[in-house]
Amino acid sequence: MTKRKTWLYFIPYGLWLALFVIAPVALIIYQSFFDLGHQFTFSNYSTYFQSATYLKMTLNSVWYAFLITLFTGLISYPTAYFLHQLKHRQFWLLLVILPTWINILLKAYAFIGIFSQAGLANQFLTFIGIGPQQILFTNASFIFVATYIQIPFMILPIFNALDDLNPAFVNASRDLGASNWQTFRRVIFPLTLPGVKAGVQAVFIPSLSLFMLTRLIGGNKVITLGTAIEEHFLTTMNWGMGSTIGVVLIIAMIIVMTLTGDQRPKGGTPR
Amino acid sequence: MKRLVSLIIGLLAICGLLAYSSAQLERSSGSTGDKVLNLYNWGDYIDPGLLKKFQRETGYHVNVETFDSNEAMYTKINQGGTHYDLAIPSEYMVAKMKRAHLLQPLDKSRLTGWHNFDPQFLNQPFDRGNRYSMPYFWGTLGIIYNDKFVKASQVQHWQDLWSPKFRDQIMLIDSARDIMGMALITQHQSMNTTDPQKLRAAEQKLNQLAPNVKAIVADEIKMYMVQDEAAIAVDWSGEAAEMLANNHHLHYVVPSEGSNLWFDNLVIPKTAQHYNAIYAFLNFMSRPANAAQNAAYIGYATPNAKAKALLPKAIRDDRQFYPTQSTIDHLQVYRDLSPAKVELYNDRYLEFKMHH
Repeated sequence: MTKRKTWLYFIPYGLWLALFVIAPVALIIYQSFFDLGHQFTFSNYSTYFQSATYLKMTLNSVWYAFLITLFTGLISYPTAYFLHQLKHRQFWLLLVILPTWINILLKAYAFIGIFSQAGLANQFLTFIGIGPQQILFTNASFIFVATYIQIPFMILPIFNALDDLNPAFVNASRDLGASNWQTFRRVIFPLTLPGVKAGVQAVFIPSLSLFMLTRLIGGNKVITLGTAIEEHFLTTMNWGMGSTIGVVLIIAMIIVMTLTGDQRPKGGTPR
Repeated sequence: MKRLVSLIIGLLAICGLLAYSSAQLERSSGSTGDKVLNLYNWGDYIDPGLLKKFQRETGYHVNVETFDSNEAMYTKINQGGTHYDLAIPSEYMVAKMKRAHLLQPLDKSRLTGWHNFDPQFLNQPFDRGNRYSMPYFWGTLGIIYNDKFVKASQVQHWQDLWSPKFRDQIMLIDSARDIMGMALITQHQSMNTTDPQKLRAAEQKLNQLAPNVKAIVADEIKMYMVQDEAAIAVDWSGEAAEMLANNHHLHYVVPSEGSNLWFDNLVIPKTAQHYNAIYAFLNFMSRPANAAQNAAYIGYATPNAKAKALLPKAIRDDRQFYPTQSTIDHLQVYRDLSPAKVELYNDRYLEFKMHH
């Protein structure tokens, strides 16, 4: 009886998994083996790995995703740490999450308003005597906006990891004579590392295939794999090539997941 | 009790969701009633006053549904399950839909307004003899400039854009065919060439333009130009009309050495059902007074010669949107290229984007 019930509970999850995870991925992999004439071929993959354009684009994507993740992490960890010390921390956390309720496109358009020639940022620069600068369509503005958008997804897992941290460990560390810095480096940071890893996964992977922002904020001066996928699906209608790039992205994601996954060393905790 | 309440709320939410989605589905496949016409159009691409007038005159109610790209429209009609009676694809898409057997021929004997059209906009390579399509609007690709930063004499030709004076000042529309085409024209080549070497040369030409290119953007280009974000843009006349209406410092130039001539066309897709309404609408829209009213509302150039004559002189003689005959003679219509050739254009264009 109980056995049958557990099996029933699995149905929605199983259906979901099959329909929305396994089927699309299988379709993408299947599509990637067909050329424009619907003939079975490996040529998409050989084109991809022989083309300097695609390889450069891949490097570009990884590099920008890395930068975005790095800046997001640098801002999020101290923020999460600070938020965690506050009295009404759930409230402050809510304020951090609030921007994620707004559509990404709206946020991008808001930044266009702020960064444009007559925008707030340039008004401020003029006010302090620097004079208006070209802010939109630069790599820096692209990374800035992408980082802004990703920050909540990094803060949340780190905050939760800090929440899970047993205060007794911190107290013990202090009692045993560790300084604040030592406590942080030897106790708090290692114990919240899973949160950081989860945050990296949540930020790095979507950053790899950003394409709306590369056009809206980057003015297509930053070209990532997302741009190429969009073009193959919408303009050239070469779904095979688009899927091939999709498969490459999926593989990149698996690599990131493995690198940041939980690798508990066997036999005791590391010192 | 609490459980019961949450159960009821959950059920209500699910019912609401289902009702909403079924309403959505019904809406998005077009209505199938009697006195209706399902028009599949670009957003804000017909004077709503005309739709009311049409209903008053004929009793047919027009359901308008919109799409935002030719490709999206193609996919939706191709997939089936829709009941569109009329659609408005661009010229290359007419050729593509024709090849995919998605169109039905026009019954010329039921059309009463055909003689109103200017013959130079009929019988184009994408649909010889206009067997499947009736032109709706036409336009060009050109240069938009802001007279606060640039003098008219500085930007009359495509080659002018390469001038070092315009460093970091030009915005390009993100469209492979148009931007590659512009470079091809500066090299005196056809905008329809499929010679890989000529396309390679066009890419190199574009790479030289890169220092002048501020950004390669899509629809946002209108907003940027209106806000004085850039001095110069390369875009279609239709988009230009909208920009000019919102910023009187902006002007539009069609280079006399050549450019693209595009058409949006009324076609009857395979999914059509209400033939009386379709022909009533086609005849209604080709009547000069109605076509002129629509052209005045949209701001694009009408292929209907009698309607053009009815437009105010200021619009009729506006060389920005109704260029001189000698310029029109140099315009080129895009041919529908095979997917492999389209890819050739896009690969070269992507490399230019990477370079820049």
